[in-house]
Amino acid sequence: MNTADLLTLLPFLLIAGSSVFVMLAITAWRRHWLSLCITLVGLAAAFGSLWLVAPLAPRRVTSLLILDHYALFYIGLIIAATFAIAILCYGYLQGHSETREELYVLLLVATLGSMVLVASSHFVSFFLGLEILSVSLYALSAYLHNRRRPVEAGIKYLILAGSSSAFLLFGMALIYAQLGTMELPGLAASLAGAQKSPLVLAGLTFIITGIGFKLGVVPFHLWTPDVYEGAPAPVTAFIATVSKGAIFALLLRYFYTVGAQHLRPVFVLFAIIAIASMLIGNLLALLQNNVKRILAYSSIAHMGYLLVAFEAGGSMASEAIAFYLVAYFITTVGAFGVVTVLSDEERDADTLEDYAGLFWRKPVLASIFTLMLLSLAGIPVTAGFLAKFYVVTAGASAGIWALILILVISSVIGLFYYLRIVVTMYVRVREGAAYAEPHAISGSYILVALTILLVWLGVYPVPLLNVIRKVLPM
Amino acid sequence: MILLWLIVILLVGGLLAWAAGRWSVLATRWISLIAVSADFVIGLMGWIRSASRVDLLHQQVWLRELDWKWIPQFGIHFHLALDGLSLLLLMLTFLLGIMSVLASWTEIQEGVGFFHLNLLWVLAGIAGVFLAMDLFLFYFAWELMLVPMYFLIAIWGHERRVYAAAKFFIFTQLSGLLMLIAILALYFAHHTATGIFTFEYADLLGTPLSPHAAWWIMLGFFVAFAVKLPMFPLHTWLPDAHTEAPTAGSVVLAGLLLKTGAYGLLRFVMPLFPATAHAFAPIAMVLAVIGILYGSILAFAQTDLKRLVAYTSVSHLGFVLLGIFAWNKLALQGALITIICHGVSTGALFILVGALQERLHTRELSRMSGLWETVPRLGGVGLFFALASMGLPGLGDFVGEFMILLGVYQKSRILTAVAAIGILASTFYALKFVQYAFHGPNNHHWTLPDLGVREAIIFTPMIVILLWLGLYPQPVFNTFNPAMETLQQHAGQTMQALRR
Repeated sequence: MNTADLLTLLPFLLIAGSSVFVMLAITAWRRHWLSLCITLVGLAAAFGSLWLVAPLAPRRVTSLLILDHYALFYIGLIIAATFAIAILCYGYLQGHSETREELYVLLLVATLGSMVLVASSHFVSFFLGLEILSVSLYALSAYLHNRRRPVEAGIKYLILAGSSSAFLLFGMALIYAQLGTMELPGLAASLAGAQKSPLVLAGLTFIITGIGFKLGVVPFHLWTPDVYEGAPAPVTAFIATVSKGAIFALLLRYFYTVGAQHLRPVFVLFAIIAIASMLIGNLLALLQNNVKRILAYSSIAHMGYLLVAFEAGGSMASEAIAFYLVAYFITTVGAFGVVTVLSDEERDADTLEDYAGLFWRKPVLASIFTLMLLSLAGIPVTAGFLAKFYVVTAGASAGIWALILILVISSVIGLFYYLRIVVTMYVRVREGAAYAEPHAISGSYILVALTILLVWLGVYPVPLLNVIRKVLPM
Repeated sequence: MILLWLIVILLVGGLLAWAAGRWSVLATRWISLIAVSADFVIGLMGWIRSASRVDLLHQQVWLRELDWKWIPQFGIHFHLALDGLSLLLLMLTFLLGIMSVLASWTEIQEGVGFFHLNLLWVLAGIAGVFLAMDLFLFYFAWELMLVPMYFLIAIWGHERRVYAAAKFFIFTQLSGLLMLIAILALYFAHHTATGIFTFEYADLLGTPLSPHAAWWIMLGFFVAFAVKLPMFPLHTWLPDAHTEAPTAGSVVLAGLLLKTGAYGLLRFVMPLFPATAHAFAPIAMVLAVIGILYGSILAFAQTDLKRLVAYTSVSHLGFVLLGIFAWNKLALQGALITIICHGVSTGALFILVGALQERLHTRELSRMSGLWETVPRLGGVGLFFALASMGLPGLGDFVGEFMILLGVYQKSRILTAVAAIGILASTFYALKFVQYAFHGPNNHHWTLPDLGVREAIIFTPMIVILLWLGLYPQPVFNTFNPAMETLQQHAGQTMQALRR
């Protein structure tokens, strides 16, 4: 460890430091706005420090972490998303009487875990990052402990994430037993000679199982709808974006560096998972009446779309995935942001009735939600369209037509339930009935900003594409 | 730049109309009317200028062009271009746009601002489709026109609007995505052949494709356009969508959205895949003829007036499909005239049905009869457009269908004969419409207000246009011919490139 190493770790240090700082601030002077301010300043400083770190990249710090442009890109994305989510949390918690300030400590720690994941180059940092993230998420999901559903969600997540970690560890152990290394570069070198080894294949399968749980892909998706429904809306946004995005970035780094996606069994396994996620995610979403559950199943399907790009392989695939994740982050934070803004102290605004006629009461909010849903459905002018276009293009360049065809068919199925929410917002309703009204006004600014970003990326994505092209060759 | 303005005026006009809707409903309507009229005037001036220099049309490929880099990483350009074909379809778009705004003047009373936003944006999307010369941009516009149309049906439609809107959206979205796959396949095939990534229409012409690949790619395009057209048996979304949409929505659907399908076939399928399209022509033409007969028979069987008019579209667009796949000069000219005249006459019929529904609060034919007694002027207008729709000589529709039949005769006599029966069948539904609605005794004792000034303003130009195209369609041909020759030339060159 020298000065340059410490400088490279600056984003991590800043996030970790600000979480400690928030904690100390709470003991001294418990104020909701103060916690938020420290959090936001910490996040902004960490984001800014990326520009200090960038000239040093790529740099390995100990054997655990590698800070290359790829990692920096995803760290930036994670920090930006957390920034938006923290503001949403503020508005969401403002009406609550129970302790509100600790949420930001947990949020920062979870962010730190995700950042470790995207910079991980060793099984140990992989596992450490994952556990830092998961443990904070258990607490975050169950944060509103006076309500029944959040606690249920927290426990469900705890049990399933715990078992998936066990799978993951076992897989790592098997691979270590065969190859004798846990470092990413070492793995890449030694896997070439041991492709057919049953231990390696079994280890890979277990690791895929563990990652599959975290991504919430079929058949490891069972926790997704319950946790999405139960967790407080901004926390759900965090689980859907930062947690899943970080793990996907890690999946991409490990498998692409090692070249494991070229192994026939791995390819077939991921193809099956992708197809099942796309079809089952979209089909089950049709049966739901709860907006958060619909979005949960939709996220299962979206992970399936991402896996199609993953299967394509090559530099175009990793670009497509980066673009898709950016669009998905914006859209998902935006969609859950609308749910957050409409929720009150009693419950989250998650039934379809809460949205009935929203357009005629709150046209701007309803327009934002419409755009977010259309982006999830992949309709032009939104970033979601270009993201899906990119994924299909990556797939077409690799010639995996069957997967693309299923992507197309399942995204048409997806239209049904997106349109269902959209149409509900435009229904005319009687005057005088009680409906969900926006409570958390502070979140509205974030929503407007996200919407502008969404449309900007959907119409003129060139700046982002330039960044991705410059950053991503791994 | 003027091409961009055409689209921008509509987009900004829509936003202004929406914003104005909060304060004054009347301001919204006027802003929309002015925006569409401005586009119409710009288009008309461009047309007159180009018509006075017919020789120029033959020299340049495009009358006007705008080519900007958009997303260079993928070789995507923001490329708009105008030729005779696009120009005529644009004029139709703006004309029907004006009529739609006028037709909604009293019909739409709720959410007026948002309605006009959607209406103007749908028109902008359609204008984009007719102008885009980059396949990505084309797909972008193609998808873009769906969302506002969906809202028009789902919010302001009739009883089963949500179902109809979803069906419409899903049919077109699925077929659109198949087209996207086809576009990408072509994009990569072109890259393999030349090493260049491009979505540019002019570059993709003549891309060497293996017969197998060409067949699948052509089908991807064809299905998207055939669903929009709509071709039998992919038409099932149409009766629902047209019936449930508000009047302006039906006018735009029948008059313009269906035409984007025909335009796509003309502009993309035939020139890009001439050999495959040629091999496919018999199948397409048989399906077209089935559509002609099927549409007119089902139209005759309807008791809902709007559904009746909707099914006539299946029949008329069958003629267009037939004409396009016959791919000779006469048939193509006929197809173009039919495209325009069907837009005008069916648009007028939908406005007429809307006017009747506003007065009667029903579309059921059985609830009408003897309306001539109380609304003679409206009856006269109805008779005129019914006759136009059944192809009365002297009116535009006749010219189009007659020329298509002449063109198809050179390809297949049997198909010509069967399609001619379709014209006969159209007399049945047209006469049924007039007889049931307007003739006979006024059993239900309706006393209704007759044709108002606003409605007269709508119908008069439409009548004049149909008479003009029926009696002297030459100006339209003059504008269209150079574009048509270019398309045929492209197709020919591509054929030669393939043979080599």
